[in-house]
Amino acid sequence: MASAVALSSFAFTRLSHLQMLEAESIHILREVASEFQKPVMLYSIGKDSSVMLRLAQKAFYPGPIPFPLLHVDTGYKFREMIEFRDNYTRELGVELLVWRNEPALAQGANPVALGTQRCCGLLKTQALLDGLREHGFDAAFGGARRDEERSRAKERIFSFRDRAGQWDPKNQRPELWNIFNGRIHPGEGIRIFPLSNWTELDIWHYIHLENIPIVPLYFAKERKMLVRGDSLIPVEQSFVKGLPGEEQWVRSRLRSLGCSPCTGAIRSDADTVPKIIAELVSFRSSERANRIIDHDQDGSMELKKREGYF
Amino acid sequence: MPPIQEIRQQDFSIEDFLESEQQKDLLRFSTAGSVDDGKSTLIGRLLYDSRNVYEDQVRAVTRTTGASAKTSIDFAQLTDGLRAEREQGITIDVAYRFFATAKRKFIIADTPGHEQYTRNMATGASTADLAIILIDARKGILAQSRRHASIASLLGIRHIVAAINKMDLVNFSEEVFERHRTALSVLAAKLDIEEMLAIPISALDGDNVVTRSERTPWYDGPTLLEHLETMPTTAEESDAAFRFPVQRVIRPHQNFRGFAGQIAGGSVYVGDKVVVLPSGKTSRVESIVTFDGELGSASAPQSVTLTLEDEIDVSRGDLIAAAYSAPQPTTRLEASLVWLHADPLDGAKTYLLKHTSQTVKATVSLRHRTDIETLEDHAADSLGMNEIGVAVVETSRPVLVDPYRDNHATGSFILIDPATNATVGAGMVRARLAAEIEQHSTSALIVLGSRQTLLQELEQRLLGQGYAVVNTRVTNRAVWESLLHAGVITLVACEDCESPSIAHLRRHEGLVFDSLDVHPQGEHGTAEEIERELHRRNIFPTTTEDAR
Ligand SMILES: Nc1nc2c(ncn2[C@@H]2O[C@H](COP(=O)(O)OP(=O)(O)OP(=O)(O)O)[C@@H](O)[C@H]2O)c(=O)[nH]1
Ligand SMILES: [Mg+2]
Repeated sequence: MASAVALSSFAFTRLSHLQMLEAESIHILREVASEFQKPVMLYSIGKDSSVMLRLAQKAFYPGPIPFPLLHVDTGYKFREMIEFRDNYTRELGVELLVWRNEPALAQGANPVALGTQRCCGLLKTQALLDGLREHGFDAAFGGARRDEERSRAKERIFSFRDRAGQWDPKNQRPELWNIFNGRIHPGEGIRIFPLSNWTELDIWHYIHLENIPIVPLYFAKERKMLVRGDSLIPVEQSFVKGLPGEEQWVRSRLRSLGCSPCTGAIRSDADTVPKIIAELVSFRSSERANRIIDHDQDGSMELKKREGYF
Repeated sequence: MPPIQEIRQQDFSIEDFLESEQQKDLLRFSTAGSVDDGKSTLIGRLLYDSRNVYEDQVRAVTRTTGASAKTSIDFAQLTDGLRAEREQGITIDVAYRFFATAKRKFIIADTPGHEQYTRNMATGASTADLAIILIDARKGILAQSRRHASIASLLGIRHIVAAINKMDLVNFSEEVFERHRTALSVLAAKLDIEEMLAIPISALDGDNVVTRSERTPWYDGPTLLEHLETMPTTAEESDAAFRFPVQRVIRPHQNFRGFAGQIAGGSVYVGDKVVVLPSGKTSRVESIVTFDGELGSASAPQSVTLTLEDEIDVSRGDLIAAAYSAPQPTTRLEASLVWLHADPLDGAKTYLLKHTSQTVKATVSLRHRTDIETLEDHAADSLGMNEIGVAVVETSRPVLVDPYRDNHATGSFILIDPATNATVGAGMVRARLAAEIEQHSTSALIVLGSRQTLLQELEQRLLGQGYAVVNTRVTNRAVWESLLHAGVITLVACEDCESPSIAHLRRHEGLVFDSLDVHPQGEHGTAEEIERELHRRNIFPTTTEDAR
């Protein structure tokens, strides 16, 4: 793999910025695997999860990854995401668990019927908490980064959650150096964010150097969209209905992956990773600007996190 | 998208861009200073003026005020990401922000000034190469400025910038600036801070943050960003001795047994002679394994997996070190402490001490406390929240530490309250003290609670290995002591295990342990794990010791 060589060839001089981040993340992954009884990696299929998964392969090489992956499936993820998930995890030979809030889905929960906040509460947060509890996981890795959003910028690498899975941002454990306190009482849990110090640019740069496979939705192509003002809404679910003339084929891509009704696409020509990086450097809005959920309310990410979202 | 067009017009080459990204080095810095001195405003201003915030993020903190419909940006709100922070206008917990210029990448920790949240300041400062201490030009040095400066100095931050802020409120007076600068250099000298640059700024208006101010013609030093971009980063001393705390044994099949960890100091080459501590067994590095292929050498802070030429017992918590310069295992050390919890330091209590990948029990007796006003040390026996001092720490089994000044990674530890699991203190090793532990002992006191089957299994196992074993219900300290001195393994089944007599023995013998030592997460150890623990502590049966 030519790209891997490029990353390692700096080894004897000064470590590059990405090599430092990689070493820090691997350290975190190994600490958790060694200190907890039953860790799990939350796998969201997005670019950050792809990087986290590669780092886990590296951390335990030549051994296998010593914990399963858990995908919290809302039922409204893009078809291409699910295909990618199944193929890629099979190829790597990792154990994949899927958890859905089936009772809520059976009752027809969707963002149009419930509004995005309640829908996320049931299909994401509740499903996540149930999944973790039912399997008895005491530690869960998440791919969140501090540069994503200002409440995330406040979070520890080891983020303590009480018995109800809640985050108390005013009372976080001190976390000095790279010594992590993962001690918990039964029923409590820790969320671990090995990518805390990576930026969006770092993630793409690493994907480029390491040749990490990602979901094709990140690359520009002609896609069927509802064009509403500045927004491009992907047409996948039957309850996402457009007004006459709104449905168009647009050369576009997704900057971050979520549920199809709630993730806006962007107009783009970027169909390779370098082109995505070039586009990223020119962006004037954050990657979350295209997410509908964060804007419901001031501080809505913080609220979701307090309730147990990761 | 117009920006893409712009890029094309400028002949933007992504290859060149990525290449230059790879060449940039990284500087981590944190803010410090008293409440409301303007730390968050400064970071917001720095991010904004260096074009490192997105438009939607700026829009979220822009307010339109008054009839004139003037818009103003609340810079502090760019980093004060919690609702409670925005409501109260103070920072509660550290915010990590990332930004880059053409020269460098930066990780910023914007920390709270409020005394109540000093623990969060310490969190942010612990990984910083540089600290910016803010001083409100109207107020000068306050108690909290001194506390933060002391903590920054204890944490070994070598580069300190004093930003004299709110110069707009003192008419950009050179005299005010000079007065604070002189007071600061006195403080720096007391704290052994080698270098402290003072810069007059206004975080609110942006003077001397990114752009040079026309309102300070008398100041000819660098702007804050110029200084951040050009100051030399403390490159890891490459001549530091090799240190490799083992995080995990990787054993996918019979033919591979590797030790995974992050290099905590120095570098290692294939063929190097190393010693495994605390056992003291030596071997040579057979290979340095990574997912991307084997390496001929590796250095701090890389995460790698080592294999050794000889089959020796190595497990999590052990240290692989350069054979020529290995730390002497010790159970007593002197350390600087920062106390982080509302419950004060209790000299009679047993804490858990976490150091690299090792967790041991520890008692802490304070020697003195530092008075923040005078920075003088006074004899004391306890530390309250946010106080700093020096203590003697005794551990239940040997720890493999270096002085913090030599190696931050192997010289630092945290203290955890085993009842609440709270992180209560942070320690920086000043020196190893003469160890009281006997090398190669044959005796130990193992407390097992009421688990009869484990007790019997363990007894059989240890007898089979040639240990002298006694199984007793007696909980009399004098009896235990004579058994220990007779060189036998004493297994005790007792319900109430944290009796004072055990605490006393634990302190003085270093040979006493229970299943918590084997399994720090509170799981019960198995007989096999307990036997391994004996080996880790250099406790072997007399007859077979040489055979090992
Ligand atoms: N006039 C003036 N006001 C300033 C300046 N810098 C900050 N302020 C104001 O001082 C107040 C406190 O600023 P913050 O940035 O929140 O202070 P802080 O140091 O981050 O406070 P804590 O994080 O709570 O310790 C705000 O009202 C700012 O607008 C300055 O240079 N000039
Ligand atoms: Mg602040």
